[in-house]
Amino acid sequence: MRSTIGPALVLLGLVVAWEILHLVVANSGLPSPFETLAQLGVLFQDADFWKETAQTAQAFAIAVVISTIAGITLGILLGMNRTAGAVSEPILVNLYALPKVTLYPVVLLLFGLGISARIAFGVMHGMIPLTLFTMNAILQLKPVYRRSAAVMGLSSFDTSIRVVLPAILPEVITGTRLGFSLCLLGVLIGEMFASRNGLGYLVTHAMERGDMPTVLAVAVLLAVFALLANAALLALDRSRRH
Amino acid sequence: MSLVRSSLAEPSLTVSEPITMVPEDDHHARLVDVTRVFTPRGRPSVHALGPVDLDLRRGEFFSVVGPSGCGKSTLLDVLAGLSAPTEGRAEFEGQPIKGVPPGVGVVFQEDASFPWLTVRDNVAFGLKRTEVDAAEVKRRVDYAIGFMGLKSFADAYPAQLSGGMRQRVCIARTLVMQPRLILLDEPFGALDQQTRLLMGDELLRLWRETGATVLLITHALDEAAMLSDRVGVMSARPGLFIDILDTGWPDERDSRIVSHPRFGELTARLWDRLREESLKHLNND
Ligand SMILES: Nc1ncnc2c1ncn2[C@@H]1O[C@H](COP(=O)(O)OP(=O)(O)OP(=O)(O)O)[C@@H](O)[C@H]1O
Ligand SMILES: [Mg+2]
Repeated sequence: MRSTIGPALVLLGLVVAWEILHLVVANSGLPSPFETLAQLGVLFQDADFWKETAQTAQAFAIAVVISTIAGITLGILLGMNRTAGAVSEPILVNLYALPKVTLYPVVLLLFGLGISARIAFGVMHGMIPLTLFTMNAILQLKPVYRRSAAVMGLSSFDTSIRVVLPAILPEVITGTRLGFSLCLLGVLIGEMFASRNGLGYLVTHAMERGDMPTVLAVAVLLAVFALLANAALLALDRSRRH
Repeated sequence: MSLVRSSLAEPSLTVSEPITMVPEDDHHARLVDVTRVFTPRGRPSVHALGPVDLDLRRGEFFSVVGPSGCGKSTLLDVLAGLSAPTEGRAEFEGQPIKGVPPGVGVVFQEDASFPWLTVRDNVAFGLKRTEVDAAEVKRRVDYAIGFMGLKSFADAYPAQLSGGMRQRVCIARTLVMQPRLILLDEPFGALDQQTRLLMGDELLRLWRETGATVLLITHALDEAAMLSDRVGVMSARPGLFIDILDTGWPDERDSRIVSHPRFGELTARLWDRLREESLKHLNND
């Protein structure tokens, strides 16, 4: 019960705050929650909206798959090799702290203006945290786990599958959860800055036209999607912790 | 076990003769002139152990005491096949130790229970993927869980257990493998005194029941005096055996022997041997 009442109260608070904001700064054109919802209904009837959503969904799905697989693989490789891990950690952390938008022109240069640039940008956002989480989970693995496996006669392959993998799984799931949201962020930014496709573009375009209800409607939709996905992964994470 | 040792009344307190006296077929595990030197990259090398000789007799309960950092865990690692001696020979059941020999079980100082598995799955862990069939696995796991008093926690996860309970899970996990030699590295180090005494009783029960050879590393002199057939006293690093005491306890013993006058004598004798070595350790640091 408590787990549903909390978020519901937060949601209610947000809607109320939004309504107040709408009333106070009325002339700035901030639409009310109701107008936004109505606009969302309009968008749902619009074939173009679904076309853009499909574009974003496609880029996002590919980006998430690539960043998850590549992030975990790279994390495992760096974690297994202490020297490589020690060398690459500060590089990854600094790379990650960099505002990636500044690198977007380079990405565009490399990948062109198509969907691949947006996928690459999504991967750039999502992969690094997952790599860092996986790598640190392996580096911090208690040595006694491996030693126990050895005295119980496990081969190094069995040890990886039956001991290392389950031991690092909670960290990997947390990293995946983070990577998931950041990947979406990357794809949307990519669409906003240089694209004629996707929800990101739809938002920029609506902004240029001063169509605030559409901007907010898409923002709300994306926020709801991100929150639900996060909640689902969090539930998976929790179900594994004892 | 020999009849000589089965009388509490006998007050003999003899230091065992040189190890060559042990009949050849009684050697269960032995170290001959074993040294271990660590050469960490970029730091000076550490002479951690030896040269030591050690003969573990089949079925005996042997304890090792020594100042901290004297190489006790290193000695255990060599016997477990987790670390190769720099020099010398290590043998188990007549075979040189290369890698972890089957038939050797280890309980480590740190909590080694797997947090992602229930108590039951932790205990069964080592038996999966072995030739042992499912019915036998279940029988052994049920037995070990019962023996260690974990029955009502079989479906709990380690995080729900106390430190002592988790260490029992690790002992049960070793037990199901039916090791002929059990090595324990300060398994009760983190527990309070009362719990340690009771765990000591359980260890004695386990030792009698399985007939395994037990090597126990401990920093508690009373624990060593109460549990063991023989106690090896190690010098400060690099560790050497400076004394090996025969306790002369009967096989059927438990923590109540602490009220026996010889218990006090043994503990005092151990402390007498260790005092100087411990001082050396203090002054070195
Ligand atoms: N991998 C290693 N590299 C370098 N030095 C090591 C290594 N392992 C142990 N040592 C050193 O070897 C010495 C003996 O270590 P060991 O762990 O065997 O001592 P111990 O008697 O078990 O100590 P304690 O009572 O604290 O458990 C110590 O000085 C320790 O610092
Ligand atoms: Mg130690």
